[in-house]
Amino acid sequence: MSPTEFKPVLLGRVGKPDSQSLATYRADGGYEALAKSLKMANTEVIDLVKNSGLRGRGGAGFPTGLKWTFLPKDVQGPIYLCINGDESEPGTFNNRVLIEEDPHQVLEGIVISSFATRATTAYFYLRYEYGRCYRALQKAVDEMYANNLLGKNILGSGYDLDIYLHRGACAYICGEETGLIESLEGKRAWPRIKPPFPAIEGAFRRPTVVNNVETMACIPHIINHGAEWFQSMGIPKDPNNPRDAGSYGPKLYCISGHVNKPGLVELPMGISARDLIDQHAGGVWKGRKAKAVIPGGLSMGFMTNAELDTPLDFNGPGRVGCLGLGTAAVVVIDDQTSMVDVLYNACRFFAHESCGQCTPCREGTAWSTKILERIREGKGKLSDIDLLMEIANSIGTIPGTTICGLADGAAWPIKTAINKFRGEFEEYIKSGRRSESLALAGAH
Amino acid sequence: MVKVKVNDIEVDADPKDNCILAARKAGIEIPHYCWHESLSVVASCRMCLVEVGETKPDGTVAMGPKLVPGCQTPIKEGTIIRTDSSKVKTSQQMTLELLLLNHPLDCSICDQAGECYLQDYTYKYGKAHSRLDEPKIQREDKYHIGEQIALFTDRCVMCTRCVRFTREISGTAELQVVARGSHEEIDVFPETPCNNKLAGNVVDLCPVGALCSKDFLYKKRVWWLKHADSVCTGCSTGCSIQVDQNDNKVYRLRPRENPQAQGHFMCDEGRFGFKYIHDERRIKYPRLKNPPSNANATVRSTAPSDLSFADPWPTVLAEARKRIHSAIQNDPSGFVVVLSPFMTLEEAYLLASYIKGIDARTKLTLGPVPVVGSDDLYPKGPKGESPAAGKVKFTIRAEKCPNRTGIEAILRHFEGSVIHAESLGKSSASAWFVVGGSSSGWVNEKIDQAVGTPSLLIVQDIFPSPLSERADVVFAAGSFAERDGTYVNHAGLAQSTHASIRPPEEARADGRILMDLAGRAGLFNAMALRKEIGTKIPELSAIATGDLGEHGVRLAKFANHTAAAKSS
Repeated sequence: MSPTEFKPVLLGRVGKPDSQSLATYRADGGYEALAKSLKMANTEVIDLVKNSGLRGRGGAGFPTGLKWTFLPKDVQGPIYLCINGDESEPGTFNNRVLIEEDPHQVLEGIVISSFATRATTAYFYLRYEYGRCYRALQKAVDEMYANNLLGKNILGSGYDLDIYLHRGACAYICGEETGLIESLEGKRAWPRIKPPFPAIEGAFRRPTVVNNVETMACIPHIINHGAEWFQSMGIPKDPNNPRDAGSYGPKLYCISGHVNKPGLVELPMGISARDLIDQHAGGVWKGRKAKAVIPGGLSMGFMTNAELDTPLDFNGPGRVGCLGLGTAAVVVIDDQTSMVDVLYNACRFFAHESCGQCTPCREGTAWSTKILERIREGKGKLSDIDLLMEIANSIGTIPGTTICGLADGAAWPIKTAINKFRGEFEEYIKSGRRSESLALAGAH
Repeated sequence: MVKVKVNDIEVDADPKDNCILAARKAGIEIPHYCWHESLSVVASCRMCLVEVGETKPDGTVAMGPKLVPGCQTPIKEGTIIRTDSSKVKTSQQMTLELLLLNHPLDCSICDQAGECYLQDYTYKYGKAHSRLDEPKIQREDKYHIGEQIALFTDRCVMCTRCVRFTREISGTAELQVVARGSHEEIDVFPETPCNNKLAGNVVDLCPVGALCSKDFLYKKRVWWLKHADSVCTGCSTGCSIQVDQNDNKVYRLRPRENPQAQGHFMCDEGRFGFKYIHDERRIKYPRLKNPPSNANATVRSTAPSDLSFADPWPTVLAEARKRIHSAIQNDPSGFVVVLSPFMTLEEAYLLASYIKGIDARTKLTLGPVPVVGSDDLYPKGPKGESPAAGKVKFTIRAEKCPNRTGIEAILRHFEGSVIHAESLGKSSASAWFVVGGSSSGWVNEKIDQAVGTPSLLIVQDIFPSPLSERADVVFAAGSFAERDGTYVNHAGLAQSTHASIRPPEEARADGRILMDLAGRAGLFNAMALRKEIGTKIPELSAIATGDLGEHGVRLAKFANHTAAAKSS
């Protein structure tokens, strides 16, 4: 299926009148997938999702069906499903649109996933800033309770489920699954050490699955149309790489930054960044050229103009030195923007959002921000560039020095910016100029 | 036991050990801040990162690709730990540089200097220079954080040991982390300072100079302090402690880890309750009513109320011995000895065997056993309630003396049963030998009335009491810090305590007084006496080895008692 003839799946109902209501959702065939899956065995649902090749849309791209199978087989007592709606990766807004415009699609996915994982309670963790989402969700949940889509004996199947909406308190770290669980439990959102992984001991020390909102939205469609349909979209597995799980299905790309038409587009996985910008975002603004592009949220690092033909699937960005696809939030930076300023903003964000638990991240993110601040004041030294690289290389889970991945997210922009734009940094420091541009307001 | 290799040294380790403990068994230190044996693992300081691998069945070694925290990583048969690779060393250097970024480096005025893990690790694993060019973050000191503790906020390395202590051990949860990232601080809620009865432990737990004891603050540089292993006499838990003194003055007590006794901690009552040993009101000279005419009776001008002599002891001891013998001759069954639960085994043994040696009809009794309230169990629940049985991690016992169990064993041996002196009734004997040793209030109304005004009253104590005021002979005795000996705690654990300072003025350690009184040859030697007691008294045979080690030995009768730290 080529992108040109692609009909939006997840965004199919966005823009229709009264798209948030249960009545219109049902009129469009909503909750048929739920009725269908409630008649299946829960293991059949898991197998279907597994076979579809659906990978988590939250950033890490972990196969969803596989994650569900990590739950202990014969467990006494409750299992929990947590929905990660703490969408706080800079540049990302796909969950927001999904929830605001079509909450029932997400909620149907949640009920099916809860059924598949045998969860009896689902916690929807929503970032505090999403007030409209919260109201839309609450309304939808109320409608579901009134129509036997939630609560006891859903649609006469004997299956019970309760959903609780939980609003966070504006912290990036709550998007990390164990940070989210701690926050949900009413504690400081300090990510937990693993093992035990949440599937064994998660929320309230019970087996827990944490899934992203967009992942949930995909589930009803997989139930309705089958695994093969889902695999007809995207980039298939690399036969030469046995560890590649493929990049299947539709994906929401958030485009922002220096483009003519920023927004959210849904496409099959694997479109190149250049096509995305030129064909779907109206090209770079003011007739300029893109200097750098963030492929999937700030923490993934930067791609250069020359790397823009990289396909935006789960493997593409990694091949050009980025951390991964992340949340597929593409941020375009034009050629009139200083990379020093861009990197400073990135570092400032991560220093502000570091939870402060592990020494390398707590001190390293703050230190790198201070160094860039000094460079921007015209007091930089050439040795600062290597120092920044050393700091970036010594924080994060990939060197193994922190508990969660936030430090990797903080390190990758530094690593890629300096590796790919080192000349610009050197020139900036040698010129001794001061940066006139203001730091982005509201970096937190 | 499993075999692990640490830097090529093969060692047997417990499968429950983490890498830090396994390496310790091989004599290798893995530096760490946040990890503490008695607290939960958070693995957040990242100081203990090491390389870990395993030996495959075919003998090849596969090292993990990433550094892992030694505190969090379990070991198994064939685990390989490397702490000396360049990867580990670089990581240690970087972590220390990061920890010192906002540290004020005010070692010259910091109480912790000399026993600071930032200093020690930086010296061993860090580098000499920081590359920070920017101003450091400065933070307000928090003197209000507790009655006994002050927080020097900018010295903190955010290991959160103190926070976890108040949550997991005391259960009072006063301390917490506020703010985020590099602006994090330890703090308390307004109006709720950290004043629980175990609060002093956070000072010991703090690996750096952030949490300081107000009591010890700026009193002494720690490298001048000399240490002696001792036992807290505050309650019958008998916490193992270390007495830190300099120039005959005790500056602080600190808990000494002992899984058999109390674990790692001690309560503030014991920690700060030692001040009485330097009290001016202490009995510093022996006294003698109606001294013999040939005595060199020069009254000391410094203590005019004391009938003291230039060299009082030979005269006082000889006269006391004479009077004891004649009193026993006159009325053997009317001679009562009161042993106090503050005495050591050796002292009680010396006195008991001396008096019973003169005449077996004399009576040995147990003095008042002070009990205040009921046992105080930790961790407390959210509403201050006591923990359930089996969840207890620390106990402050109601019985406020160290050695009731031991003295009772001595009494059972010499007297056959334990007679309580308080139950004897008013003026029930013609001669009394009363030994005290408590800091205050031990002589209660009952014992006062029981003694009455006998024909001979000998008192051996450290503080004046109604009894010492009317005594014929007063022996100026020693406090716990001045005595060698053995205490047996509530659970039958016999621990040895060591003198750290000399008694004030002419006062003498009880053991020395009693050796001389009994006319035994030689100097007081606790070790030799323990061997003697162990061979003579079957109930106390466990101490026959003489050397009780740093953790003590448990009496056979209490063999089923699980160690305090293990039961929790």
